[in-house]
Amino acid sequence: MQDFGEAFGLALSLVASGDADLVEIVALSLRVSLSATGLACLIGLPVGALVAITRFPGRNAVLILFNALMGLPPVVVGLLVYLHLSRAGPLGFLGLLYTPTAMIIAQTILITPIVMALSRQVIEDLHAEYADQFRSLVLSRWQQVSALIWDARFSLLTVGLAGFGRAVAEVGAVMIVGGNIDHLTRVMTTAIALETSKGDLALALALGLVLMVIALGVNALVQSLRMTAVRHAYA
Amino acid sequence: MPMRDAVTDNIVEFDNLRHNASDSTDQRALALQDVSLTVGDTTLIEDASLSLSGNGITMIMGPNGAGKSMLLKLAHGLIAPTKGTVTWGGEPLNDAGRRTQAMVFQKPVLLRRSVVANVDFVLKARGIRDAARRNDLLDHVGLLDHARQPARLLSGGEQQRLALARALALKPKVMLLDEPTASLDPASVLKIESIVQEAHTAGTKIIFITHDPGQAGRLADDIVFVHRGRVHEHGPADLFLSRPDTQEARDFLQGRIVV
Ligand SMILES: Nc1ncnc2c1ncn2[C@@H]1O[C@H](COP(=O)(O)OP(=O)(O)OP(=O)(O)O)[C@@H](O)[C@H]1O
Ligand SMILES: [Mg+2]
Repeated sequence: MQDFGEAFGLALSLVASGDADLVEIVALSLRVSLSATGLACLIGLPVGALVAITRFPGRNAVLILFNALMGLPPVVVGLLVYLHLSRAGPLGFLGLLYTPTAMIIAQTILITPIVMALSRQVIEDLHAEYADQFRSLVLSRWQQVSALIWDARFSLLTVGLAGFGRAVAEVGAVMIVGGNIDHLTRVMTTAIALETSKGDLALALALGLVLMVIALGVNALVQSLRMTAVRHAYA
Repeated sequence: MPMRDAVTDNIVEFDNLRHNASDSTDQRALALQDVSLTVGDTTLIEDASLSLSGNGITMIMGPNGAGKSMLLKLAHGLIAPTKGTVTWGGEPLNDAGRRTQAMVFQKPVLLRRSVVANVDFVLKARGIRDAARRNDLLDHVGLLDHARQPARLLSGGEQQRLALARALALKPKVMLLDEPTASLDPASVLKIESIVQEAHTAGTKIIFITHDPGQAGRLADDIVFVHRGRVHEHGPADLFLSRPDTQEARDFLQGRIVV
């Protein structure tokens, strides 16, 4: 096992020199988690908005379900996706297990409920304000949903970023369905887990640094978006 | 007695208005029949019956909390009455009917977009994309200089003017205006009044809530006085303003608000 100071120095030089393995792992992480975030928004925003503006029997049950699904443990999601994609599973013929696509699917399932539940809240609040005006104009459901999503865009961006933050930081799901295969499905979190257990602290620390910068960067982005929105009275 | 004659004239004129209202299938003619609205155990509107002509400017007056805004929302079909019927030209208001009307709310509901985008939005809702018309409208209400500004950063009076421009964009047959000049400066009030007059001349039925007897005198053909959820009086404007029937209306007009 390396000395900690030495490992930290090595980690910094890996980051500074743009080490090929490191870059590959970071790039795959971003690709997987950004794709999952995009898909989760594509599904979650319209569904969240529809539930926000519609009253139907069993609506409260749906809301409770949304909120409960927000807390899905990543390993459980990984396990469920694994069971479907494994060779014996119903979707085994697709041959997706241990591919980045499988990882995107798992992370999408993990964060779609977050996007749905949070955007439902955001859009319901906005709708309370707009509802009379919309009814007066006689807008179709779709016109209402698209107008609400557009007008809530700043809040919804922060919702998307919250989803991305959760996706990029989770280990359990991508480990199970991706398998942490070198040059294929190795992402930051799984690499950190592996390298740490192997005792290669330098790469683990370097990845940890990058992950932290991304997480903090996302947070800073959320804050500055919020401030821009407030300045324009669009929040 | 000249005074007596004026009053009689007014009554005759008012009867004409009434007549128009009842005989026609004019979609701009509103009729409320025994309309009540109860929320929880509070009755906000009680047995309101009212028949308005399809043309002219009707103004609704009454103290704060009387139920004026509620009455307008009931008329526009935004709230369903607990009891009674609301009809336009003898028919209940459906979506197609509501599309021919425009309402300006007491508290303007502005989208979180620029001033131009707010007008474009309602035009687009009617399938229209017309930048020239939109600019004309903004010019009309004196907001062209603010066109690119976020709408919600406009001053209170400017927001009301934008809401009015948006309503005009719909070229409505009926305009329902809930205190559209409440926070305007005197010059803007006159400007808005002339815009409303113009729309009226062009054939739009105007229903307008105000607290200002002076404004009612300038604009109204007939006045509805609402008090504690009831329609207390409905009559020609000059008659109501000079000789209201009820003590409540007299107190209201003399600034001894009765709540
Ligand atoms: N959703 C609601 N539930 C219960 N009461 C309500 C509701 N909305 C309004 N009210 C009450 O109904 C009454 C009439 O309200 P409305 O807004 O019609 O008054 P208004 O005549 O327009 O007064 P103002 O001149 O202040 O605008 C008020 O006392 C108000 O508190
Ligand atoms: Mg009111």
